[in-house]
Amino acid sequence: MNLESKKKSIEKVKIIDSFARKVFMFSGIFVILILVLIMLFLLKEAIPFFKDHGILEFFFGTQWDPTSAVEEKYGIIPLFISTLFITIGSLIISIPVGLGAAIFFAEYSKGKTSEFIRYIMEVLSSIPSVVIGFIGITLIGPFLAEITGSNNGFNAVNGSILVALMTLPTIISISTDALKDVPKDIKDASLSLGSTKWEAIIKVAIPQAKRGILASFMLGVGRAVGETMTVVMATGNAPALPKSFLDSVRTMTANIAIEMGEVPIGSKHYHSLFAIGLILFLITLVINLISQKITKRIS
Amino acid sequence: MKKSTIKKNIIEKIGITLVSLSTLIVITSLVIIFFDIISKGYSVISFDFFTTFPKKNMTEGGILPAIVGTFYVTIASAIFSVPFGIMAGIYLSEYAKTNKFTTLIKATIKNLAGVPSIVYGLFGLGLFVTGLGFGESVLSAGITLGLLVIPVIITATEEALKRVPDSYRDASIGLGATKWQTIKKVLLPSAGPGIMTGIILSIGRAAGETAPILFTGAAFYLNSLPGSIFDKFMALPYHIFTLSTQHAQISKVRPIAYGSTLVLIIIVFLLSSIAFFLRLKLRRFGGNK
Repeated sequence: MNLESKKKSIEKVKIIDSFARKVFMFSGIFVILILVLIMLFLLKEAIPFFKDHGILEFFFGTQWDPTSAVEEKYGIIPLFISTLFITIGSLIISIPVGLGAAIFFAEYSKGKTSEFIRYIMEVLSSIPSVVIGFIGITLIGPFLAEITGSNNGFNAVNGSILVALMTLPTIISISTDALKDVPKDIKDASLSLGSTKWEAIIKVAIPQAKRGILASFMLGVGRAVGETMTVVMATGNAPALPKSFLDSVRTMTANIAIEMGEVPIGSKHYHSLFAIGLILFLITLVINLISQKITKRIS
Repeated sequence: MKKSTIKKNIIEKIGITLVSLSTLIVITSLVIIFFDIISKGYSVISFDFFTTFPKKNMTEGGILPAIVGTFYVTIASAIFSVPFGIMAGIYLSEYAKTNKFTTLIKATIKNLAGVPSIVYGLFGLGLFVTGLGFGESVLSAGITLGLLVIPVIITATEEALKRVPDSYRDASIGLGATKWQTIKKVLLPSAGPGIMTGIILSIGRAAGETAPILFTGAAFYLNSLPGSIFDKFMALPYHIFTLSTQHAQISKVRPIAYGSTLVLIIIVFLLSSIAFFLRLKLRRFGGNK
């Protein structure tokens, strides 16, 4: 190979290298673009509704009945309260169970047992929400109907149990990591001062891992708010203001899933569902940012 | 003194019991789910169940179109998400400097992972189905699912690349290779299995999602398989949803709903198991780190 062609081939390699750099850089930017695009599209489709209908009645209206023959009602409150019921109900189950399992996982399991639990978590987290919803219909619904004496068990309790199942893997795995990150010296110091292992966990490890544990709860909230199929399938979907956990609920997510299939594209009803989507997007975004802020302070 | 020790021991016992109980609740739930679906679903599983169309208003017959549809839409999502996910992962691990822009990208990935799947469905409807005119189709649903799983692939790629020791990079650069040559010939081959875990997990996720495909292409019933990427499709998770909530004779189609659920759960179970053991093997015998 003469000098000239050698130079050329080095030149070519350099061009390819700088091209590659640009492509990778672009794909990084593309990620940001996706999030921005999602938000812009939700805005674009939601704005016609807000213009047409006004914001106040949407945020403070206590009735959701867009197909009413008398007067169409677009109040998000019943849907929002339903989402709140499911979120709180699921956390009442998933926080104690999740934290308990995380403590067991991080502090009381070793080697094979630890690996087995990790495997169980992975499998549980991979189960599609439609399958969990199916279990809500076939197992939990009839069970709840029997113990409460109602004619079916499609209510907020059912949805909360199912959503708790969906959020448990998130809460457990992140809390476990937080507990495992607590330096061993600190725990040992507590033990050498005469405390029992349990005391060391409660008084030293958990306070140390507090931020990670809180972040896991926040992510659990985010998942609970956004969970769709399980609640569509197992909560009965009555679009009324729920009064107790034994009432049927219709969450914001469920409402979109149920009604979007039936509305004419471009109608006011269509745009109203995007408005709900926008609210959902913003709520989960804020929850995620909070959880990131909590974790960031650790490092 | 002695009394307080006894009290401490009792509290410790109660504590251990409670955390064991929590773990047991989680494991038992999983066992109950699997047991219920397997015990009630296995009887409808046969060769014909996989190879025939639903018959008599879906009260009989198999789930061939749902399986094929899920396969198509999952492949479509992977074609879109795998290259982009890997490239963004490479960018974050190999090119990105520690600055505000990188922090923003990382935060965005976490936020994307937290966007509810039904919102992805709305976005897919607005942009791909109506905006770009792809209609309700394999393509629209595929890209929507692709967007949903991109964070999984990016994170797996970034982590796998970070596990490759710097000595590999230094050796390659020292031999005169460019950065791109180093990535292509050295880093990607050693990070391959780790990236593969991410791809497998993302496929399992895409195969099981329902909400994003509700309005982007999934159909209640079709009497033929999708012939192009612009056709609607049947999908296994959507099939389970319709059979258990929308169908006029819900009790009559219940066995088929169980069978479909069993098939779906086996698919995601196998995928997540493969990913798990691949990662376990990497951690044990990866050599690097």
